[in-house]
Amino acid sequence: VATDVHTSVHVVGDRPMLERHAGDGHEHDHDHVPGLHHHFDDMEQQRETHTLGMWAFLVTEIMMFGGLFFVYTLYRWQYHNAYVIGSRHLNINLGTINTFVLLFSSLTMAVAVHAAQLGHRKKLITFLVITMILGAAFLGIKAVEWGTDYREGLVPGLAWNYFQNPHNAAEIAKLAAENVLPNHVMMYFIIYFCMTGLHALHMVIGLTIVGIVAFLGSRGRFENGNEQPVELVGLYWHLVDIIWIFLFPLLYLIGGFHPGGGGGH
Amino acid sequence: MAQDAQAHGHASDLSDEEAHHIVPMSVYYRVFAALMVLLIITLFAAAFDLSHIWGPMNIIIAMTIAVVKAALVILYFMHVRYSSRLTWFFAGAAFIWLAIMFSITLADYFSREMITGLGMGTVPGGPSM
Repeated sequence: VATDVHTSVHVVGDRPMLERHAGDGHEHDHDHVPGLHHHFDDMEQQRETHTLGMWAFLVTEIMMFGGLFFVYTLYRWQYHNAYVIGSRHLNINLGTINTFVLLFSSLTMAVAVHAAQLGHRKKLITFLVITMILGAAFLGIKAVEWGTDYREGLVPGLAWNYFQNPHNAAEIAKLAAENVLPNHVMMYFIIYFCMTGLHALHMVIGLTIVGIVAFLGSRGRFENGNEQPVELVGLYWHLVDIIWIFLFPLLYLIGGFHPGGGGGH
Repeated sequence: MAQDAQAHGHASDLSDEEAHHIVPMSVYYRVFAALMVLLIITLFAAAFDLSHIWGPMNIIIAMTIAVVKAALVILYFMHVRYSSRLTWFFAGAAFIWLAIMFSITLADYFSREMITGLGMGTVPGGPSM
């Protein structure tokens, strides 16, 4: 219906839309729609264009992570037992808390976008800041997990001596019994660090952009029809959340439930 | 005629507002509650080894729940449910392309054994299958 009504403006008006643009000049023509850029006909077209541009970017993000998910799939098919053994060294409790933190940050981001759409500046800033705190908490918990991996000697390239440590003789014997080489477990950890590392990098970028948006928002930059940047940053934040929705079960929850993590201690 | 156009012009401004759908907060809360329930189901399902029913049972359940969670986020938090067909197409394109990449590349790996007789052992360090 909306489009029909709009088309009728073009047809029914005494002058066609394009002539009006040429005659009146941009400033005068658009002063009733403050957020509209001069190269768009109306707000609807502008929003659609911006949303599609953001989605095109998100598609490239999905394809980039998709490559890693493919590598994960291929090696899991090949080294399933090694994946199970590697996964048992992750801390499910911390992983679950982080999943909750990130899902909750998606909710607070949605609330921030909602506040921006209604022009509530204080609520917008509050919820952007809460989103940032949650994002920082996620990264902090992730850093604690990585620190544990480092101390245990489970970081390929930096500290990979877990399977040379005599303390872990029982687990090393178990590996041999299951016909799993330490290098197969190493493959799991390489994939684990690549995927969680790339995800964490996206979180850092997301935090930076949300911080910039919060700062500009506090100066009223996203009011009077200018709220779309907040929506687009929200799309990015939710996508990073979706990546984690897949990473959590794939990396942490394989081969049964192991709440404490850090097996072999 | 001019009056007519003005009336329509006003209606058009209103429709811009309507086209820019503002999702009510209650929707966000319900989606978040659903995400929490699905997270608990994910953990619960992972606590049981279901491979005696069918080998890949655990991963299928885990991925099904993850897809539902992702769909909820995409449709409601990312507003795709309220967006144009073109946005649906863009969002869907990513997953169609992923499916192409997975199916064709995995078809290569799965069929190597048939062709070379060497199996997955052709990947360095792979177990003999």
